[in-house]
Amino acid sequence: MVNNADAVVIDGLRVRRGRRDVFDGLSLRIPRGEVIGLLGPSGCGKTTLLRAIVGVQRTHGGSVEVFGEPAGSRGLRHRVSYGTQGSAVYTDLTVRENLRYFASVLGAPRDDVDRVLTRVGLAAHANRSVDALSGGQVNRVSLGAALLGEPELVVLDEPTVGLDPVLRAELWGLFREIADAGTTMLVSSHVMDEALRCDRLLLMRDGRIIADTTPRRLLADTGQTDAEAAFLALIEHDTGGHHETRRSRREEER
Amino acid sequence: MNPRRSFATAGRVLQQLRHDPRSIALMLIAPSLLVGLFAWLFADQEGIFDRFGGAILALFPFIVMFLITSITTLRERRSGTLERLMTTPLAKADFILGYALAFGLMAILQAVITVAFAVYVCGLTVDGPLWQLGLVAVVDAVLGTALGLLASAFASTEFQAVQFMPVLVFPQIILGGLFMPRDQMPDVLYAISDWLPLSHAIDAIEAVAAGDEGWDVGAPLLIVVAFAVGFLVLAPLTLRRRTP
Repeated sequence: MVNNADAVVIDGLRVRRGRRDVFDGLSLRIPRGEVIGLLGPSGCGKTTLLRAIVGVQRTHGGSVEVFGEPAGSRGLRHRVSYGTQGSAVYTDLTVRENLRYFASVLGAPRDDVDRVLTRVGLAAHANRSVDALSGGQVNRVSLGAALLGEPELVVLDEPTVGLDPVLRAELWGLFREIADAGTTMLVSSHVMDEALRCDRLLLMRDGRIIADTTPRRLLADTGQTDAEAAFLALIEHDTGGHHETRRSRREEER
Repeated sequence: MNPRRSFATAGRVLQQLRHDPRSIALMLIAPSLLVGLFAWLFADQEGIFDRFGGAILALFPFIVMFLITSITTLRERRSGTLERLMTTPLAKADFILGYALAFGLMAILQAVITVAFAVYVCGLTVDGPLWQLGLVAVVDAVLGTALGLLASAFASTEFQAVQFMPVLVFPQIILGGLFMPRDQMPDVLYAISDWLPLSHAIDAIEAVAAGDEGWDVGAPLLIVVAFAVGFLVLAPLTLRRRTP
């Protein structure tokens, strides 16, 4: 039943942290070649889900497949890239030194660094140390590192956090351009307004996907005009419709 | 494992150091300053510096490299760059080897500078050849690097990493034979000291200082090399691609 159009297929994923279930049987499909937004409040499990998809999260059941292979397998390490929360780059190196290192780790051609520098608009700052850059520029260094070697799936965890609205709009514009060139962009955010910039939306709450939709459908279904109100309406519907949430079930068991 | 990725990692670590000249200065000069202080302290007492100077050469590069390595690799874990690297084709052994190569190079420079300072400035005299003294100091510094790489795996904060000093390093100093010749120790402590790499490092230095040759220098030195290699082999096993 694996559909070639799907970049990611998750089936019955279970992740425990301590005695708490982060996911208790999460299933999900993510199509190729679009900008997919993973939205939800802080602590709902977005980072854990992204980490499971790139294969650095310890899981406790279920399966996560990316391009038909188990997540994190050797063959995927060239095809999937990950930008962690808090733009994990070397702040004591220059922009170019950072990208050169990640490029050589990936075995990407040398001119890939220049391609990426232009792509993320940092060519003029290539020789500046990362700790001398602004927040938005640092995020773009991290994005640049994730674009090296032309991966097919780029997973970015909260790349726009802490940025002003102009920079956020710029970055989302960039994600759109990259996806138009055929790359699947999976981007998480807790800013609901960013939902409307995606092709496809995954709304997450308390370890569950409560909506897998498109921005237009989200607004139409909830009858709201902005994403934040739509999300609140969904939550209301969710707690009203699904009496058996994980928490209620656990309380019944006691 | 892939040599290109190991060398790329080593090059990146050295690049990071290059942007931090103060750390380079501390790393290269601090052990010499400590040796100088030690020599000055015993300036009026004939023979004391010659008796203990060698062992000090085994000690300071070991401690300095242990601290620097464990904290630097820990920083890599905490900043998220390690997690990012774990999603790339970089092998865990490439990562460890890269660090070992970069800090091994710094360890060589540091050991050469410290030995030269001890001999030419502080007037340390040894009966054995000078290059052997240098070689033992280099191997000790590499041992410190290897142990630091391994120890950083068990620390989740810089605070914990520094706490490994009293746990992993100080007992080796106390039982290493510096305060009391190892053959005069209580049996149990002697047996324990036999399993501590620094004891053999100090044995090797004292053999060089006494002008011993062949296996008297070679055997303890090989044991230290074996420990360093063992630590480097274990270190990648403590890295995890998947974490909770």
